Amino acid sequence: MSARQLSLSSRVSPRLADLGLLGPAIAVILLFMVAPMAIMFVYSFLQAAPYGGVEWTFTTEAYSSILFERDFLDDSLTFTPDYLIIVARSVCQAGLATLLCLVISVPTAYYIATRPERQKNIWLVLITIPYWVNLLIRTIALLFVLRGDGPINAVLMQFGIISEPLPLSYNGFAVCLGLIYSFLPFMVLPLYSAFERFDFRLLEAAYDLYASRRIAFFRIVLPVMRPGLIAGSLLVFIPSIGSYLAPDILGGGKTLMIGNLIGTQFQSARNWPFGAALSMILLTLTLLVLLWLARRAGQQKSDCR
Amino acid sequence: MSNAPSSAMKTIKATARIGDIRAFAGFGAVSVGCLIFLYAPIVFLAAYSFNDGRSVSRWSGFSFRWYATVFGNENIQTAALNSVIIAIIAATVSTLLALGAAVATVNRRASGGEAAYLVLTFPLMVPEIVTAVASLVFFVAIGISLGFVTILMAHIVFCIPFAYLPIKARLEGLDASLPAAAADLYASPARAFARITLPLLVPGLLSGWLLAFIISLDDFIITALVAGPGATTLPLHIYGMLRLGMTPEVNAISTLMLGASTVLVLVSALIGKIGHKH
Repeated sequence: MSARQLSLSSRVSPRLADLGLLGPAIAVILLFMVAPMAIMFVYSFLQAAPYGGVEWTFTTEAYSSILFERDFLDDSLTFTPDYLIIVARSVCQAGLATLLCLVISVPTAYYIATRPERQKNIWLVLITIPYWVNLLIRTIALLFVLRGDGPINAVLMQFGIISEPLPLSYNGFAVCLGLIYSFLPFMVLPLYSAFERFDFRLLEAAYDLYASRRIAFFRIVLPVMRPGLIAGSLLVFIPSIGSYLAPDILGGGKTLMIGNLIGTQFQSARNWPFGAALSMILLTLTLLVLLWLARRAGQQKSDCR
Repeated sequence: MSNAPSSAMKTIKATARIGDIRAFAGFGAVSVGCLIFLYAPIVFLAAYSFNDGRSVSRWSGFSFRWYATVFGNENIQTAALNSVIIAIIAATVSTLLALGAAVATVNRRASGGEAAYLVLTFPLMVPEIVTAVASLVFFVAIGISLGFVTILMAHIVFCIPFAYLPIKARLEGLDASLPAAAADLYASPARAFARITLPLLVPGLLSGWLLAFIISLDDFIITALVAGPGATTLPLHIYGMLRLGMTPEVNAISTLMLGASTVLVLVSALIGKIGHKH
């Protein structure tokens, strides 16, 4: 028994010490993060009170009202696609943004990973800064350049390319661009660390076997990068689908996404159970995707062994 | 003698540049485009904060007048002070909590370590809007009135993983034989921790604290929902200003925040680098 173990066991058991160290952080997260989720789950099965809050009557109304509207007069349910459209729009916008982020990030991350050491660091810092810079401010900056009388339209009109300002802001296009702008660094950085570990002898081997550059890239590089591509896509897709600021500021409130719909239920609309039900759906989707990824990563690890 | 290898190196480098098997046409251009896309809006926003005129479209000369307006605005001062106080407290508390958790999870890989890791990084996995509304519902349910205190509590929670990850990484990189050596020299575990491990952890602690500080300072949506009517932070104030339209004041205050975040990120990166060299 070493002196360290001896002195430890003579005072407090290591297990108890660990509990004292780990306990507070875990307790804070359980209390302020996990317990609120549990309350939300319960609330999603309750009746909405007229001025916000809930009434303690069990009902699945909140979930069914995503698809159906209850008629005030005869209490019948009719299918209304309004909310479904918002959910579908969220999935499409987030999917499109993820795809475009991939298209931009794959060449960028690859290029950075193949730079000499010094240049590589500069590139990485330049990509990392937007990652940490205030999202609200960055969204405002994008609105600033996309506005009707913003610099892009001003330059285009100056050179007589267009006579009327292009409608670049307050529409679906602006929201999608906003999502890409917000989360692009989330894709570049994990892809970079994947490319960094790439064994370039594989590429050499492909060329030796008369592969063209194009074939070598699509048949060798990308398949090897698959785990990185999936991880990066999730890092963009998950925050995109629940995004609040981009649709709010760049969409001008016209192209709502699920995040805005949830926010509204707790602000002006005051339908807490409906908001809670939507939150549960969003949370479940996110956690399922993460779980799937974790299992895949686990499988890959055991494949390597 | 030293000449020959270096010239050989040069030829190798030269051939590498001509026929670098790793290079693909157009990738450099996309990368430069990516940087322009990321920075152009920020640069435009910042440039127009120095515009003399009230218009945010027409350039009419260089001036600091909008910065004077921003610094003279009492509401902005209050919001900024709130933001900084909340960020300092949230970063400090979450770093302390994260330090304990990191020491417990890294030093002895006890059973349940994976579960602890999952709980500690849980705030990163939940969509922000869900965290926001769940916190609101929770605070209302337990009867804490919304305001400064609720903002602070929410911030402490979501800052924990950001403080935890750099500290954990640093702790994992430490040479485990150092505290063991201290123990061999009859240092108590507490003393070995205070005199050996803690000083070596400083870079991790600092970068964790800074990241938590930035995250707290930047947060909008969670703060917006748990703030209640009374309290405000800088991002909430800026969002409110934006509701009245794009004004040069928005540009000026945004540029100040951009500058602050950039400096903090660079400092954090620098600390991380110094930490790696040791």
